[in-house]
Amino acid sequence: MSKITLETVGDSNIVVKRRFNASPEILYRAHTEPKLIQQWMLGPEGWKMPVCINDARPGGKIRFEWTNGKGGGFHLTGEYLELEPFTRIVHVERMHLPDATPDNHIETRFDRDGTQTLMTMAMTLPDAKTRAAMLASGMERGMEASYVRLEGMF
Amino acid sequence: MKAAQLDATFSALGDPTRRAILARLAKGEATVMELAGPFDITQAAISQHLKVLEDAALISRRVDGAKRPRRLAKAGIEAMDQWLAMLRKGLEKNYDRLDKVIATLNQQQKEETP
Repeated sequence: MSKITLETVGDSNIVVKRRFNASPEILYRAHTEPKLIQQWMLGPEGWKMPVCINDARPGGKIRFEWTNGKGGGFHLTGEYLELEPFTRIVHVERMHLPDATPDNHIETRFDRDGTQTLMTMAMTLPDAKTRAAMLASGMERGMEASYVRLEGMF
Repeated sequence: MKAAQLDATFSALGDPTRRAILARLAKGEATVMELAGPFDITQAAISQHLKVLEDAALISRRVDGAKRPRRLAKAGIEAMDQWLAMLRKGLEKNYDRLDKVIATLNQQQKEETP
């Protein structure tokens, strides 16, 4: 159906765009509910995600484990920085292969476009300044007593 | 490309700092100091990344007095294109599956809203 566009921007940015036949709400759910994530975020054919921890609130932890069922596997860990239901998600993640790769800072946006939604995912390798700002905002958010609960929103 | 070289290429590209170095070199040659500039890591760490990229034949170095500017090798350009193609393929598979997931969610929502 819809095709993705993928371009490199500047020294360390990759921007991915794709349209979906769904509302931003539906896409946001598919990106934040573990039971839904496990159905599609699998990469190449034959891989499964037996472990999917996804605590979708600022400061919440992410842990995805993939296996090919033949002894091959790797995992990803991350933390949520900002969530604005249902339009924006900011998180950091790193792969463990098994050594951890540097943090990848990812901003995902869902913008309504008629009956469709345009997803824009910007991946950045943070520099020192961004990282400091990220840490500061993560701590600030983490101290907030209330947080976004996704359950029961539909 | 031989299997061992392909392994070296993909393992070299598995690291986002090294991909960022390649992306920077795609714009023109640069010294270790210039390459270390945008990153929050030491020049020694950058040199280590450059060694991995050199061993994978993705970049080469030139002698310019006391400087050793690095530049992208032809294999480096091809490898970046391949890596992006691989990333695109993995994402396309994911999003094709996501289309099916959201079709089910759309259906559920329709049934719940009279």
